[in-house]
Amino acid sequence: MTDQAHGEHGESRRDFLMLTAAAFSAVGVGYTVWPFISSMNPSQDVLALSSTEVDLSAIEVGQRVTVKWRGSPVFIDHRTPEQIADAEATALDDLPDPEPDSARVQKPEWLVVVGVCTHLGCIPVGQKPGEVTGEFGGWFCPCHGSVYDTSGRIRSGPAPTNLPVPEYTFLDDTTIRIG
Amino acid sequence: MSAGSPAAGKPGGFVNWVDSRLPVFSYLQKEYGEYPAPRNFNYWWNFGALAMFILVTMIATGLLLAMQYTANTEMAFDSVQRIMRDVNFGWLLRFLHMNGASFFFLVIYIHMGRGLYYGSYKAPRELLWMLGVVILLLMMATAFMGYVLPWGQLSFWGATVITNLFSAIPLVGDGIVTWLWGGFTVDNPTLNRFFTLHFLLPFLIVGVVVLHVIALHVHGSNNPLGIDPKGPQDTVPFHPYYTMKDSFGLCVFLLVYAGFVFFAPNWFGEPENFVPADPLVTPLEILPEWYFLPFFAILRSVPDILFIDAKLAGVLAMFGSIFVLFLLPWLDTSKVRSCRFRPTYKWFFWILVLDMILLGYVGGNQPDDLSPLGVRFIVLGQIGTLYYFFHFLILLPLLGKIERPRPLPASISEAVLPANRAGGGAPAGATAQRMEKAR
Ligand code: HEM
Ligand code: FES
Repeated sequence: MTDQAHGEHGESRRDFLMLTAAAFSAVGVGYTVWPFISSMNPSQDVLALSSTEVDLSAIEVGQRVTVKWRGSPVFIDHRTPEQIADAEATALDDLPDPEPDSARVQKPEWLVVVGVCTHLGCIPVGQKPGEVTGEFGGWFCPCHGSVYDTSGRIRSGPAPTNLPVPEYTFLDDTTIRIG
Repeated sequence: MSAGSPAAGKPGGFVNWVDSRLPVFSYLQKEYGEYPAPRNFNYWWNFGALAMFILVTMIATGLLLAMQYTANTEMAFDSVQRIMRDVNFGWLLRFLHMNGASFFFLVIYIHMGRGLYYGSYKAPRELLWMLGVVILLLMMATAFMGYVLPWGQLSFWGATVITNLFSAIPLVGDGIVTWLWGGFTVDNPTLNRFFTLHFLLPFLIVGVVVLHVIALHVHGSNNPLGIDPKGPQDTVPFHPYYTMKDSFGLCVFLLVYAGFVFFAPNWFGEPENFVPADPLVTPLEILPEWYFLPFFAILRSVPDILFIDAKLAGVLAMFGSIFVLFLLPWLDTSKVRSCRFRPTYKWFFWILVLDMILLGYVGGNQPDDLSPLGVRFIVLGQIGTLYYFFHFLILLPLLGKIERPRPLPASISEAVLPANRAGGGAPAGATAQRMEKAR
C-alpha cells in the first residue's frame, strides 16, 4: 500500500477506509447469506400445523394414547394412582436430570410428553399394552436402551434429558390443545 | 515406443488443430501416456483407478435413476418399487447403484489401507492424502443421504438418528437439527433437500478427485518400496504398462461386482428397508450400512467423560476418528515409508486392520448383548475405540522414534529386477544398463 499520508500514530487514512469498507462488506455479506440459510428452516406452512386438539374423555385410567403433533408422537398417559405415587415419591437425587413430577404435569392424572427419545430420536416403546416399559414402569427406548419412568424422566441409558413436556393448555376438563 | 512420442496426431491434422488451441490431447498424453510410474507397482495400486471407475458408474446410474424417482414422502417408496418393476432395466440400474455404493467403500478402504501400509501419506504427499480424506467424508455424506431416498423404515430412522447427532452440540444443537430437517422431524422438506444434495455431492467428489490426481502427478506415485525413483531405469510409461495392468484388475473387479448385482443383489441390504417409513414406529434394530459400522461402534462406545456427557462424547469420538486421518502425516514420525522396511509397524498395521474389523462387528450388534468372547459388546467396542486412538495418537509418534528400520535398497530397479533378486545384491550398474537397452 502507498500510505505516505501517515497520521500522528502511524495509521493512514487509507487504513481507515480499508477497515471500514471491510467491516461494511462483512455485514453486507452476512445480510445476503442469511436468507439462503434461513430458507432451510421450517417454512410457514410447516409452522402453521403446529397445534393439535385432543379429546381426553375416551382415555381410561391406565391407558396410554399417542397423538401426532408437528410430525412427532406425543404420549398421553392417564396415570393410575400408583403411577402417580411412584413418580412423586422418587428422590431427586436418583435422577440424572432432576425435575419433580409436579413440574411436569398440570393435573397429576394426565402426563403429556413428547415421545421422542432425547438420545437420538427413536420412539420409545411402552404405549401399547404388553410392550416393554422398562424397570421403572414408564417407557423403554429400544435403540440404545434408555429407560424412562412414569413421569417420562430419564432413569438409565445414554439419553441425557427427560422426555420434554410440550406446551399445552386444558381448554376444558377433557380437552387439551398442544402447541 | 509410441507412448514416448511427444506430439499427438499428424502435423496439420484435426487433433493438432485442436491441441494447439486447447491442449487436451497433449495433456492426456503427458499425464496418462508418458507419466513415468514406478516400475514395481503391485495390484494394490489398482484401487485408485477402480475407485474412478465406480465413481463414473455411480454418476451414470444415479442420473438415470433420478429421471424416474420422486422425492416426496407420499410417493418416494412407490416410485422406487416402480423402478424395480415397471421401468425398463430399472432393476439393473438400482442394483448397480446400490451395490456400487458398497463396492465404492470397499475399494476406497483398500485404497486407503494401501496408503497406510506403504506410507503414501508422507512427505511430499500430505495434501494428496488429505484430499483423499475429504473425498472419504464427501462419500460418507453422499451415501448417507442416498440411503434415505427409498424412504423405507431404515431410511427414515437412520436419517433421524444421524441428524440427531448434531443435537449433542451445546446451545445451538437443537436449532441446527431443526434447520437440517426444515421441520420438527425428518419429513418431506428433509427428503427433498437430501435428494438435492445427494445429486450434487458426487460432482463435488469429481472436483476433489481432479485435485487429488493433480497433487499425485506433481511428485508421482509412491510404490511398494516407498523410495523415490532415481531415474528412467526405475520407471515405466503409464501407457501401456499400467493401463494394461489397471484394465486387467478392472476385469477381475467387474466379475465380482456383476456377481453380486446379478446373483445376490440384496446381500448387502437389510430386509427392514422393504417396509415403508413410519414416523411413529421405531424398528427394533437400526443398523447403518456395513461401511459405517466401525464408526457407529465408536459412537456408541464412549461413556460420560468428565463434564462431557456420553452423547456429545460419542459424537466427538466418531468425527474424531476420521479427523485424526488429516493429522496422520504429522503423527507418524518415521521417515521410512513402506512397511517392508518397518518390521514393527508392519505388525501394528495388521492389528489396526483387525481392530477395524472388530469395531465393525461390534457396530452390527446390540451394545448390551453378550459377545461370544464372554463380555458385553459395549466393552469390546470400548477396547476397540481406545486402541484405534492409541494407534494414531500415541503409537505412531513413538514408534518412529524407537523402531529400527531395515536398510533401504539403493534404487527401485536394483531391488526388483530378477538379476538382482537371484543374486541377492548384484551391483546396481548392471541393472541400469539392461534398462537402457529395454527402453
Ligand atoms: C473417489 C475416491 C477416490 C478416487 C477416485 C481416487 C483416485 C486415485 C487414483 C487414480 C490414484 C492413483 C492410482 C493409485 O495409486 O492407486 C490415487 C492415489 C492416491 N490416493 Fe486416491 N482416490 C480416491 C480416494 C482416496 C482416499 C479416500 C484416500 C485416503 C484418505 C486416498 C489416498 C490416496 C493416496 C495417498 C494416493 C497416492 C498413492 C500412491 O501413489 O501411493 N484416495 N487416488
Ligand atoms: S435413541 Fe433412545 S436410547 Fe438412543
